Amino acid sequence: MLHLSRRLFDACILLWLVTTLTFALIHLAPGDPATLLVAPTASAEEAAALRRTLGLDAPWPVQYARWLGSVLQGDLGMSLTRSRPVREVIADALPISLFLGGVSLLFSFVVGTALGLWQALRATRRLDTALTMLSTTLYAAPSFWLALALVALFTTGAVQLGFPEWLRLPAFGMQSPSLDPTVAHWGDRWRHAVLPLLVLSLPGAAGVLRFARQSARDAAAQPHVVSAEARGLPASRVALWHVLRNALTPLVVLAGLMLPGVIAGSVFVEQVFAWPGLGRTMLEAIASRDYPVVLGLTLVYAATVIVANLLADLLLWWLDPRRRGT
Amino acid sequence: MRPGSARYAGVPFAARVALATLGGMVCAALLVPWLASEGARDIGDVLSTRLTPPLSFDGRGQWHLLGTDAFGRDLAVRLWEGARISLGVGVSGSLLSGALGILLGAVAGWWGGLADRVITALGDALLAVPRLVLLLVIAALWGPGLGVVITVLALTGWMSVMRLVRADVQGVRVLPYVEGAQALGVPPRRVLWRHVLPNALGSAAVAITLGTGNAILLESGLSFLGLGVQPPAASWGNMIAGGREWLLVAPWIALLPGALLIITVVAVTVLGESWGQERGARAP
Repeated sequence: MLHLSRRLFDACILLWLVTTLTFALIHLAPGDPATLLVAPTASAEEAAALRRTLGLDAPWPVQYARWLGSVLQGDLGMSLTRSRPVREVIADALPISLFLGGVSLLFSFVVGTALGLWQALRATRRLDTALTMLSTTLYAAPSFWLALALVALFTTGAVQLGFPEWLRLPAFGMQSPSLDPTVAHWGDRWRHAVLPLLVLSLPGAAGVLRFARQSARDAAAQPHVVSAEARGLPASRVALWHVLRNALTPLVVLAGLMLPGVIAGSVFVEQVFAWPGLGRTMLEAIASRDYPVVLGLTLVYAATVIVANLLADLLLWWLDPRRRGT
Repeated sequence: MRPGSARYAGVPFAARVALATLGGMVCAALLVPWLASEGARDIGDVLSTRLTPPLSFDGRGQWHLLGTDAFGRDLAVRLWEGARISLGVGVSGSLLSGALGILLGAVAGWWGGLADRVITALGDALLAVPRLVLLLVIAALWGPGLGVVITVLALTGWMSVMRLVRADVQGVRVLPYVEGAQALGVPPRRVLWRHVLPNALGSAAVAITLGTGNAILLESGLSFLGLGVQPPAASWGNMIAGGREWLLVAPWIALLPGALLIITVVAVTVLGESWGQERGARAP
């Protein structure tokens, strides 16, 4: 319990540090949003009046105190360009990014762990080399490039190479424009989701695979596995009970560490496929200097990473009894 | 001195291939734009030369190894011109962040106390925000450009090196020979510089090498989003962005720079990992 409360306390401090850091960054930057928001013909007085209504004329410690106070009450302020509360802007975008990130993370882990285990225990030397080369390449592929390559392959490429009709996938958007946008057409939505999910999952699965292979190899070399084999246990039982269980602990740490990568990937994927998630909202907010949205989104991103690491830490504590002593 | 062949005998085959690839790329990046008959930014007769596929002649009878882009510029020349920027920014960004990480890690690990707590907390806070988000915020607020990208890469990439150096310095600090040097009256700064740091740099060097691949990818990502290197200057990232609208007509414009990007990052990763394995340290 002490462990948990200490970790929670650390997480809160970290969150506060991140918000302060972001606030400082944004206010150190040259230029202010009022100049972007006023009409091009506006006079200096009009700009000053706008600055006053937005609270941008106050000295920055006051702005910081105001902002921190309202964040503590769960209020992230008003978006400067959308005239809506930041909370609503984020609430609209969050499910989309959670869907993209969650499904691809799940897919990465299931496929990556299974393949990695198989590669470490069963693959022939040649297959092992081939899989290692493939996973290293996929892991290095930038997601925006992978997105474009897959779009080219599954649109014009699918026609030229004579793919069946169902393999010709839509290149962008969440739903076909011809369909009624107020009704969810699930079949159509999943077709639109295939490419974005693939782009996010492939590098993720490659990363997990590389890691899983190594930790499964380490686990397989341990004396208790050798003894389990010597006792004549079936190979599948050894793989699942003795190797996988021990290889899982480092993978849990990896899940926490991978999240920033998935978030970064989803920024590009949402940009290329025009999905209105957190990443696209962030890019738009940055372009229009919508400070409250940028601050709010950074907070959400940081909170996600911090909470994920906290969960990974707790899961590890639960999975690995050796850690409980320390 | 041992003969060259024996010196490289222990280097794995994959690492040798990676090293040769990177060496070849650096040579091509230095030589090709310099030797090319046309500049990477020169735009001539657009209509008859644009969108030439690889390995074919354009409308004016000139042969292009990798084809031309939407403005009729030779892609091979632009790719190697872009390599100068992509490799240069990636390497200098990760070297700078590595230097910052070594400095802060040494301070935190050697002196401990308040400095250690401040540096560790700052590192943890920066690690909690995805690096791309930090890069986006900073690059967007300070305006896009080469200098901003390098600075931002340096400021957001030092944390892992700092952690490694800090841990190593803390480990070396208590060894008898360090105590011996201190007992002999060697000033602390000199003990740190001459006796402790050299023993704490190995894992940092591996981390910096692996970080170079990451930095190259991040630069290309920023340039792809229009927040990095600006056209007409070529960078692999903005070349991919420029080829995006021609993806269905001339896919090679967007796909070739990405292929070079992947080859570079794979080579750097293989090099860093085999170096790390050789040192007995498992790459993270």
